Amino acid sequence: MKLSLEGEGDDWRLLLNGDWSLAATASVQQELQALPKTLHGSLTCDWTRAEATGIGPVWILLNSLGAAAGGHLQVRHVDPPHTLQLLQRLQADRHALCAPPPEPSSSEIEEAVGNLGRWVVLQGTEGRAAIGFLGRISTVVRETFSRPRALRPSSLARHIYETGVTAIPIVSLIAFLISVIVAYLGAQQLSRFGADIFVVDLVTIAVLREMGVLLTAVIVAGRSGSAFAAEIGVMQLNEETDALRAMGMNPIELLVLPRILALVIALPLLTIIADAMGLAGGGLLSLVNLHIPLPQFTARLRESLSPTTFWAGLIKAPVFALLIGMVGTYRGMQVRESARELGRLTTIAVVQSIFLVIFADALFAVLFVQIDF
Amino acid sequence: MAQSADNPVVRVRGLVNRFGSQVVHDGLDLEIRENEIFGIVGGSGAGKSVLLRTLLGLRQPDAGSVEVYGHDLRHMSQAEHIALVRSYGVTFQNGALISSLTVAQNIQLPLREYFSLTEQSLAALAELGLSMVGLPADTAGKYPAQLSGGMVKRAALARALALEPKLLFLDEPTSGLDPISAAAFDELMLYLHSQLRLTVVMITHDLDTLFRTCSRVGVIVDGRMITDSLEGMLKNQQPWIHEYFHGPRARAAQHG
Repeated sequence: MKLSLEGEGDDWRLLLNGDWSLAATASVQQELQALPKTLHGSLTCDWTRAEATGIGPVWILLNSLGAAAGGHLQVRHVDPPHTLQLLQRLQADRHALCAPPPEPSSSEIEEAVGNLGRWVVLQGTEGRAAIGFLGRISTVVRETFSRPRALRPSSLARHIYETGVTAIPIVSLIAFLISVIVAYLGAQQLSRFGADIFVVDLVTIAVLREMGVLLTAVIVAGRSGSAFAAEIGVMQLNEETDALRAMGMNPIELLVLPRILALVIALPLLTIIADAMGLAGGGLLSLVNLHIPLPQFTARLRESLSPTTFWAGLIKAPVFALLIGMVGTYRGMQVRESARELGRLTTIAVVQSIFLVIFADALFAVLFVQIDF
Repeated sequence: MAQSADNPVVRVRGLVNRFGSQVVHDGLDLEIRENEIFGIVGGSGAGKSVLLRTLLGLRQPDAGSVEVYGHDLRHMSQAEHIALVRSYGVTFQNGALISSLTVAQNIQLPLREYFSLTEQSLAALAELGLSMVGLPADTAGKYPAQLSGGMVKRAALARALALEPKLLFLDEPTSGLDPISAAAFDELMLYLHSQLRLTVVMITHDLDTLFRTCSRVGVIVDGRMITDSLEGMLKNQQPWIHEYFHGPRARAAQHG
């Protein structure tokens, strides 16, 4: 027992025993709640037998004596810890301040409507901000082309290297493996009809029109979209972007444009590599699994290709690059205040750019069918 | 205290810290006694922060020994080290408050980690922390980004005091504060030092703080530490120390 209460009527003694360090806070609080609420008169706190008295438990004791008695209790301390004076002063200061106003209570329906309203307003302002960002980029683009030095070749080269060159191994590997999988599963089905050779058509069209560019874009969104958001976000947190603005430089021109431009250049090139690796994967599987020799594979490949097949895939790459680059940099520029924001917005950047890429791909698919491309 | 003379709180012997070929500390000795406010000064790059990181056990020294409360940091198990870390409080130069937590949650963070407390106790202890460092009660729900520089320093101090340490390390506690806030922080420190009977180790460049609060001063010169009382330092003829304590700014602080 940390506390024991003795006495009756108007004269009470509170004996404080044992360990009163911070570790004992929980039990002190528990025992304080068990004290009778209707004490009045005088109370003597005897600290003689309390050990290792910490500040926290004493503070909680003072608070609860103050609250329970509502001022009808004269408290005296015998052999108090040296921190008592400080705590009593702090408590007096605290009571001098007015109590915080109670939280306005509202019904659940009101709250739900309020939340909905806040969400709508938030979406509205977000949409406006995104359009504003797009507008700022376009004005910077116009200025930049009238002043080619603003293209910053060294920065552009660095970003092409980071987003493009270093992505070659992973993009190649994934394109190769996916096309092997498609060819393998396709062969299982087609060989039932003795139509093994059409595996070549399947791989060619799937890889060149869709898989090559889509997979590359998704990988790049994961790699570079997140990197853009994180890099620019940390610069925002360090006030580096503010410093650039204060020196009369435009962070959009310096940070955003080189990244987007680099991606627009790098993504089509990566797509070509992915296409090549995909076809190689298809060819290898046809050779090993279906025993189609390489000359026959390439002959069939040429027959199945229409002049537009390759371009139908490649033309999408710069569009995807724009989407990924803009979402990544935009989310990075939105980072304010905290490390958690950085994480949240980086996540959003990746999720949103992958979603937009796939959504745009669907639009392209419909468009190409309509115009018979 | 009787034990203070022969049982210093912190004792450093022959400390050597190197970064590659650059030697930061070259046989540094240091003793910090119980219940004093010890100021560490030195030029930029003299190794003040490295010394602090070594004292805190965040950095392994290249040679020499560091003892805190008589325990050698090198021969310490993980559990002993955690127990030691819990016995001192630290504030960092920029506050280092966790930015995704409110001020109250920052103060409660070590309490939640080490004790099982009810929300009610935690709220009371956060309130205690805030009022100890003189922050208004409505600061509790704010995030660090919403606070001014001076409030961040105070909130960081409240977090450092949350586990009721006897030993407090402060890294540049008044840097970046206006003179009025800095002076208020000095007074707060002196008050808490006397009321809570703390031992305070402080890195500071603020001469006003040094003259107002510190009982002894250690100067890092050429990788070694010269320790003396403030009066002794003022008479020291070592060129850097003389320049430091008799430069135009120092004169203003002494006579101000």
